[in-house]
Amino acid sequence: MDELDRRIINLLQAGLPVVDEPYAAVAEQLGIEEDELLSRLQLLLDNKMLSRFGPMYDAQKMGGAFSLVAMKVPAPRFDEVAELVNSYPEVAHNYQRDHNFNLWFVIATETQQQIGEVNAEIEQRSGLQVYNFPKLAEYYVGLQLPV
Amino acid sequence: MKVNFRHPRLPEQLVLDARDMALVSLIQHGLTLSTSPYAELGRQLEMTEDEVISRISNLIDAKVIKRFGVVVRHHELGYRANAMVVWNIPDDRVSELGPCMGQFDYVTLCYRRPRRLPAWPYNLFTMIHGQDRHDVLHNIQGLAAHCGLDELAFEVLFSTRRFKQRGAIYHKSAGKE
Repeated sequence: MDELDRRIINLLQAGLPVVDEPYAAVAEQLGIEEDELLSRLQLLLDNKMLSRFGPMYDAQKMGGAFSLVAMKVPAPRFDEVAELVNSYPEVAHNYQRDHNFNLWFVIATETQQQIGEVNAEIEQRSGLQVYNFPKLAEYYVGLQLPV
Repeated sequence: MKVNFRHPRLPEQLVLDARDMALVSLIQHGLTLSTSPYAELGRQLEMTEDEVISRISNLIDAKVIKRFGVVVRHHELGYRANAMVVWNIPDDRVSELGPCMGQFDYVTLCYRRPRRLPAWPYNLFTMIHGQDRHDVLHNIQGLAAHCGLDELAFEVLFSTRRFKQRGAIYHKSAGKE
């Protein structure tokens, strides 16, 4: 990744313009040709530097619901339980963390009620307690990092 | 350092019509890398390019779409370590200390969540990034010193494996009335 790639990523993390030729507009801002921008973006996606090109939604504004959920999984059962959790399409992110609360995942559903239903099902199928941590207040969300 | 604090706001429920939901459902898979990506979305949805652009702009204005751009993979971009750092903050100080922590570039999330006593006493959750674990710990120290958190209990939960990272998936049925 070179300096131009970094400039591209930093500019596009802030947002792609919603105009008829958005990449051409960004290319102009960067002082490069649209073709070069498109081929570099394709390479960054292929090399998995970028995961996605598109929107970050506010699920709550769409009537959807999000929650952070944690479990304390005994080490010998970790892979099995992680696989169970990952099998749910409602699970958006899932991380192992070095703590006795060692499995942390985000559930996204259409309704608040479905959060409870998914959690109850995971609890029942795993036989382990599920700790639900819904967001009570948001002080900062900035999923952008300078590169 | 960021200059603007973001204050929590209660979400207003927005009514999206069936065409909005069809659009929302399609764009979550990402835009094509081509000259006119919005026109291409329109072709798949039987909308004009102008309608796609105006509907997406409205969704951004209403903050249904928080951001429309690239989603980076932190790890691959050199932010090799991140930790969820959880704090036990007295209830009457959360709304003061939350925004203080959110000022720092290396803090990407700062949410208040419920305690689950007795197992879990922490009520403020932050995500803190760094080049490596040492850098993350250094950032936490900087944060604690700046916001006056020295006396408060916290724990650092480093991630050791990532299983899934994707945007939330929405289905067209969410828009049915």
